[in-house]
Amino acid sequence: MNPLNLMLVVPLIGFLLCVLASKERALLARSIALAASVLAFVIALSMIGPVVAMPTGFQFQSDVPWITTPIIHYHVGVDGFSLWMVLLTTLLTPLSILASWNTVRERLNLYFAFLLLLEFGVLGVFVSLDMFLYYVFWEVSIVPVLFLVGMWGTEKRSAAAVKFFLYTMTGSVLMLAGIIYLYTKTNTFDFTRLALLAHSLPAEARWLMFLAFFFAFAIKTPLFPLHTWLPDTYAAAPTPVTVMLAGVLSKMGTYSLLRFCVGLFPEEAQHAAPWVAALAGISIIYGALVAIVQPNMKRLVAYSSVSHLGFVVLGIFCFNRWGFDGAVYQMVNHGISTGALFLLVWFLEERRQSLEIADYGGVARVAPWLATAFMVTTLGSIGLPMLGNFVGEFLILQGAAKASFAWAVFASVGVILSAVYMLWFYQRVFFGEIAEGVAARMPDLSLRECAVILPLIILMIWFGISTSGMMEPISAANGALLNLLEGPARVAVVK
Amino acid sequence: MTESQSLWLIPILPLLGAAVNGLFGRRLPKFAVSAIAILTVLGSFLWVIKSLSALGELDVPYSEHYFTWIKSGSLDIGVDFMIDRLTRIMLLIVTGVGLLIHIYAVGYMDHEEGFARFFSYLNLFMFFMLTLVLAKNFLLVFVGWEGVGLASYLLIGFYLKEKFAGDAGKKAFIVNRIGDFGFSLAMFLIVITFGSLDFTKVFEAAAKMPVETQAGTLTAIALLLFVGACGKSAQMPLYVWLPDAMAGPTPVSALIHAATMVTAGVYIVARTSIIFDRAPLALDVVSYIGLLTAVVAATIGVTQYDIKKVFAYSTVSQLGFMFMACGAKAYSAGIFHVATHAFFKAVLFLGAGSVIHALHGEQDMRKMGGLRSKIPYTFWTMVCAWLAISGVPTTSGALSKDEILIAVYSKSEWMFWVGVATAGVTAFYVSRAMFMTFFGDYRGKEHPHESPATMWAPLVVLAFLSLAGGYLVRDLVPTLSPEVGHGTDHSSLELIIAGAGIAGIALAAFFYLMNRGLSQSVARALGPVYRLVYDKYRVDEFYDALLVRPIQAGSASVLWKGIDNFIIDGVVNGVGRTASALGGILRTCQSGHIPSYAAWIAWGAAAAVIGFQIVSGGNR
Repeated sequence: MNPLNLMLVVPLIGFLLCVLASKERALLARSIALAASVLAFVIALSMIGPVVAMPTGFQFQSDVPWITTPIIHYHVGVDGFSLWMVLLTTLLTPLSILASWNTVRERLNLYFAFLLLLEFGVLGVFVSLDMFLYYVFWEVSIVPVLFLVGMWGTEKRSAAAVKFFLYTMTGSVLMLAGIIYLYTKTNTFDFTRLALLAHSLPAEARWLMFLAFFFAFAIKTPLFPLHTWLPDTYAAAPTPVTVMLAGVLSKMGTYSLLRFCVGLFPEEAQHAAPWVAALAGISIIYGALVAIVQPNMKRLVAYSSVSHLGFVVLGIFCFNRWGFDGAVYQMVNHGISTGALFLLVWFLEERRQSLEIADYGGVARVAPWLATAFMVTTLGSIGLPMLGNFVGEFLILQGAAKASFAWAVFASVGVILSAVYMLWFYQRVFFGEIAEGVAARMPDLSLRECAVILPLIILMIWFGISTSGMMEPISAANGALLNLLEGPARVAVVK
Repeated sequence: MTESQSLWLIPILPLLGAAVNGLFGRRLPKFAVSAIAILTVLGSFLWVIKSLSALGELDVPYSEHYFTWIKSGSLDIGVDFMIDRLTRIMLLIVTGVGLLIHIYAVGYMDHEEGFARFFSYLNLFMFFMLTLVLAKNFLLVFVGWEGVGLASYLLIGFYLKEKFAGDAGKKAFIVNRIGDFGFSLAMFLIVITFGSLDFTKVFEAAAKMPVETQAGTLTAIALLLFVGACGKSAQMPLYVWLPDAMAGPTPVSALIHAATMVTAGVYIVARTSIIFDRAPLALDVVSYIGLLTAVVAATIGVTQYDIKKVFAYSTVSQLGFMFMACGAKAYSAGIFHVATHAFFKAVLFLGAGSVIHALHGEQDMRKMGGLRSKIPYTFWTMVCAWLAISGVPTTSGALSKDEILIAVYSKSEWMFWVGVATAGVTAFYVSRAMFMTFFGDYRGKEHPHESPATMWAPLVVLAFLSLAGGYLVRDLVPTLSPEVGHGTDHSSLELIIAGAGIAGIALAAFFYLMNRGLSQSVARALGPVYRLVYDKYRVDEFYDALLVRPIQAGSASVLWKGIDNFIIDGVVNGVGRTASALGGILRTCQSGHIPSYAAWIAWGAAAAVIGFQIVSGGNR
């Protein structure tokens, strides 16, 4: 069997098994979930070799007709870009499951089932090469989020779910309409064919399509001013789910921006670039400024995510090699660092039962390893050299400087501000006098927690120093896209 | 080609020390922790000596390539190390002085909590600092540059309990980040202009460019690099973090905030002298900023009572002198002063540490006095440094300061005179500190005791270097630019500079030895002016009112509560209410009811497709 199909099927089977698990066997569900997610990760790892060897084309393709009218195919494949999204997803899922190990008590088989369904949906989004299939997976990934927030969420979960729903639905409607409209014009949902045919559409239609897709992805990412669902949803979701939301689901937005918005409508994207870059720049600064004043840990990290994702969008809309490479590299590393941050916040929350920064203080003296892990992750998040985020940020800013030096100046302010909010956050939680209620309830990292956080810390350092393993395939895939943008191939086919 | 020198060992050894002490230090006995910390730095020092003796005169730079770090499109950044004459002297200062301070710290930190953590950080600092000076491209310099900032942050905030220590560490990191902002923009501009960050390639290309009489790309690059230098080397207006950084343990103040890290800014200007030479406007800015910083910090130094604060402002001021040298194209004089300053300022800080240690933590000079007989080693070593910083002829401090001021004279006479006056003020405030600490009667309550040999032995070595080190390192200082002012006779200028120093000492003796109490009356007579200087010109308060508070208040009330919660969410909720009135969305998603969600999407999409058809004119 094609390993890619196998990788998609494993979480789905896991999902079904968990749903079917009886009440007495509920505890078995989490072991099933862990096993399925680890298996999916192993399968994803096995795909690295072949994809890296041929990163520009789609590997492990599977193309079977699904519905005849309209013509919808089950068409999947991975290239040097989506491979890393897949790996990130399959890595964070087992970690998120492991982090939820002891804390979820009610209907826990469903909780773990939905986590697997979420993984299934997200993986499908990253590997779909048929736009309709892509859309189906997109929706599949949203449903478990609604349930996970609605049923196991905390603070003001129904209000958050409503807001999430409104935003998401707006994006989904526009995207679905765009996909159907494209089909009516081209008679295909196939991405590779659409990439060649979209060019032949009338200019107004292309602009509309670009905007419809852009709007959907800008909500998902999110980009200012479409970001206000994010802090609420991130805060309301159970924190291990927030790890998935911030680490992986936000990448659905940025991945799709590069692959579909830019890939299908390059001229429009290029024309819109100054506007999008402005929004990205605002996201960077705005997210950072609002993060400074957040009293709640999850909201602080959530706003920091808005800022970091602004960098990714900025990189994409630089329209040069550096920007593209940096953006993709940053997608992976942001997933790792933000995932790690939320996991560490979760470790704190599990101990102290609070997300208010003011309830903490002096943790470094009580739990030094937790403090160390948090420090490394903080440094990763603020882009210290030799940690992964720096590489992506540097290339993005270099790309921005090439596109327009003013963008780089503006965005670089965000780098200063990231140090402000993260170090202040760190200081209040970990330094100073030991806060009331901290000393007694703050054991250092457990073995399970080490197993969750250590892989991410190792990857931060690894991707900060040894970049070529990931960068080469990314760069090759982006090179193929850039060639496409320059356009001889597409013009020839259209003619 | 010379055989490989494995230069990577030089920074990696301390990194290993940091890793071992960081991971296992809590379970190791103290002597093992100190042995690991000291031996790894000793190993680096010896490896530097070995490599340098194998490389000989270094007529051409020697470099090593390890691996490609970042490759994207035309940009190819390697992990490459290089040794030339500039690197040579920096390596010797960093490993040599670093080694002595590590030894000293074993004694100083003996009673402190977190012994292993301290040495882990200190070794980590060595790793980044050595990476900074060995790097062969700008991005690798930046690794060291941000890395030393991190080590500095961790060490300033070393006393975890103290809020002011945490505040000071954070402030240092953030202000340095503002400088790094300039440094990174300079890198982006360098890549765009030269297509590379490699020193050899950039400087070869820059050397072919003409001198920019009007501001151009090179001027922009030079100024942006200088913004970075201002952050790291605590120049106006970014100097505010350094005095606060004294919250860290005293060996840290000596190593990081006096001898090595803060000179990185001078190093980068000297390293890029080819660019600065072609940007005279930038050189003028460097001169003015250096001079202004030297003057402002020296005046503050006169008024402070905390012994470490006096030396901190002194460091800021001396760094200003180094930049004055660079601004006059006398980069080698600046680097020479980096070396001599590393010697005498290390003694002053370590000596201050010894005093503080002897008095069980007392830092206020008003509670000292008469200590010269009680802690004689400390006293006599500090006397050597005192003479050196005051510019008493034949000390190493005088040698480098003369070179700087003579170079400044050839650039601008008025700057020379201001510089000389500042040198006088320098001698005055250091003498004041010495007299208040060691002369007169003891005014404290603690019983002073001399420090252990691990502390005073390094002091003796450094004190010797303060006096004579200038003659040892003078020949190692590289020639970086067509040197200014050589060949002519400067004995009259030298006499003036020496006179200023001696006058400063004499004046301090008059105030603080012969007429005690007079200084208070002068301070009272000066009233508000004195208060202003004593309060450090209230620059921190200015920044607080102009930047920190508006950013906090604006972010909280305008951006977060205003735009996010009121405007954007107001619109979203308005839409939501309308929609729920129309069809019960709220109930739908609260129940997690999938079919109606699907219906909403389907209807919405159908409507949107029709909309698209209409807008795009329906043409196929």
